[in-house]
Amino acid sequence: MRNYGSILSYATLCALAVAAAKLGILNAYIQLILMYIGINIILSVSLNLVNGYMGEFSVGHAGFMAVGAYVTSILNVWLFTESPVFGPPLLSPFSAVFLFPATLLAGGVAAAVVGLLVAVPSFKTRGDYLAIITLAVNYIVKSSIENIQPIGGARGFMGMRNVIGSMQAVLNLPWNLIWVFICVGATVWIIQRLVNSTYGKGIIALRDDEIAAEIMGVNTRRMKIVAFMLSSGLAGVAGGLFAHVLGYINPGTFTIMKSTEVLVMVYLGGMGSLSGSVLSAIALTIALEVFRPLQLVKWVVLPLLLILLMIFRPEGIMGHRELTDVFPKLRSWLPPKEGRI
Amino acid sequence: MTLLEIENLTHYFGGLKAVCNLNLRLDGSELMGLIGPNGAGKTTVFNLMSGFYRPMEGEIRFLGRSIRGLRPHEVTTLGIARTFQNIRLWNSLSVFENICISQHCQLGYGFFHSVLRTPGFVRSERRVKKRTEELIDLLGLRHYAPEFPKNLPYGLQRRVEIGRALALRPKLLLLDEPAAGMNPGEVDELIETIRWIRDEFKLTICLIEHHMRVVMNVCERIKVLDFGETIAEGRPDEIRLNPRVIEAYLGDEEPADARGN
Repeated sequence: MRNYGSILSYATLCALAVAAAKLGILNAYIQLILMYIGINIILSVSLNLVNGYMGEFSVGHAGFMAVGAYVTSILNVWLFTESPVFGPPLLSPFSAVFLFPATLLAGGVAAAVVGLLVAVPSFKTRGDYLAIITLAVNYIVKSSIENIQPIGGARGFMGMRNVIGSMQAVLNLPWNLIWVFICVGATVWIIQRLVNSTYGKGIIALRDDEIAAEIMGVNTRRMKIVAFMLSSGLAGVAGGLFAHVLGYINPGTFTIMKSTEVLVMVYLGGMGSLSGSVLSAIALTIALEVFRPLQLVKWVVLPLLLILLMIFRPEGIMGHRELTDVFPKLRSWLPPKEGRI
Repeated sequence: MTLLEIENLTHYFGGLKAVCNLNLRLDGSELMGLIGPNGAGKTTVFNLMSGFYRPMEGEIRFLGRSIRGLRPHEVTTLGIARTFQNIRLWNSLSVFENICISQHCQLGYGFFHSVLRTPGFVRSERRVKKRTEELIDLLGLRHYAPEFPKNLPYGLQRRVEIGRALALRPKLLLLDEPAAGMNPGEVDELIETIRWIRDEFKLTICLIEHHMRVVMNVCERIKVLDFGETIAEGRPDEIRLNPRVIEAYLGDEEPADARGN
């Protein structure tokens, strides 16, 4: 029972939220914010794997998100809907309900493969130099998409609303919300398990001292590939969800601005802290909504927040600790850690 | 039984000959010392042995197999573990985790197992934890297991590093200046520890050391390097009296002003 306590309570919360959305207690706006929060949690937690746990500095997370967003959207529009680009649906629109997760996964895999563009150079370079490579990858992705005319180029790509529509035709549920909840749960679950296994701790050893890690038997290249591919793959999944929540994507969304937003979340929450990333994704998403009337001034307030943070609390809200370290009582809800001392 | 064999090993850094025509043989459960003045190329030899540098000339064979061109973690997996001159522990991980992670190459599971927590994963983690507990008890680190290494005194950090290397179940242990920065009390303890490790774990130890008390007390055989070349090799009492060694360490016996003219 205790082993599944955290999963059960998360599932219950999500079910309640879905029920509330279905019954109309949560209006569309609140639902939208909930979905943004979820997507941002996936983005910040996955970026934290690279920037926090592995100690590299990736500033191109939005690029991977774009790959996932486009691959998932194209697959869905091509397979399940009647569209001007791809013509009649390849499969029955009703199968979207079952196959949507597979297309999300395909988007994630595609993004993970693009992640290799960063993982392979990371064997030789690190730190600032690698950061510039991630920036370059971000631009390569964005500009490539802008130049592929059949999928809309710079004008963007749409038609994802119909996919969600055909899911709702099968069963009238807030599907977007459900998929976001499932993906958030899976992301946190995967990364939490990875970084708490001896295998995954190899990534942390790599951050502390790469030479010592390699000489003490950690296959650093493999660990870098695992970390970069997992991180970019999850960003791809987040992108796929983002595309379906919005119903419309264009390459301009996935610029360094978007990457910076995720970076702020990671550093606000604390590097190497999963619960920090989750908390800051929630806090920042809500703050951005509150700042919405400020419009462009938002981009003055947010960086200012970052400056203040770096001066007064450079380690972030949590700073290498988890919620369970701050509130030990929470631990009774969580599965006992293997052989913790 | 020959454990490690080095033949005509030569390595340059730019124009600097760091190691020149080195020949070395290490037999099973031997305790050998590698000494020499600063810059003699001792650590370079260690870096070559552990695969961190790729030798420019010559051959290194471990258990009859060439390790030339292997990556460091592959060499480690074969059974060569080392410690570092300037301690290189993972400071944001506890002592316990440090010793666990060095068994990384023996985990036998990968990413998917660690996420899905398969039976293989559980077995492997249990094995790693058990091995770590044993080592921690053997090295008397029980009390410090949950601490971060950076909070421990120097002598203990060295001990943790040795524990981390032993966790790999090496056949050959390379110790790079294990006594550096230790006080006399800690040095005595270290001498005991090194002997005890060799007997307890039945392994071969090769150590670099400047501390003559450690070298003379612990090593059965000593090799002296100077400017990358071997200038002497033999038992401690032979080395102590070897004129070339004395010259390398203390300089020429002729007074400096006499040489100038």
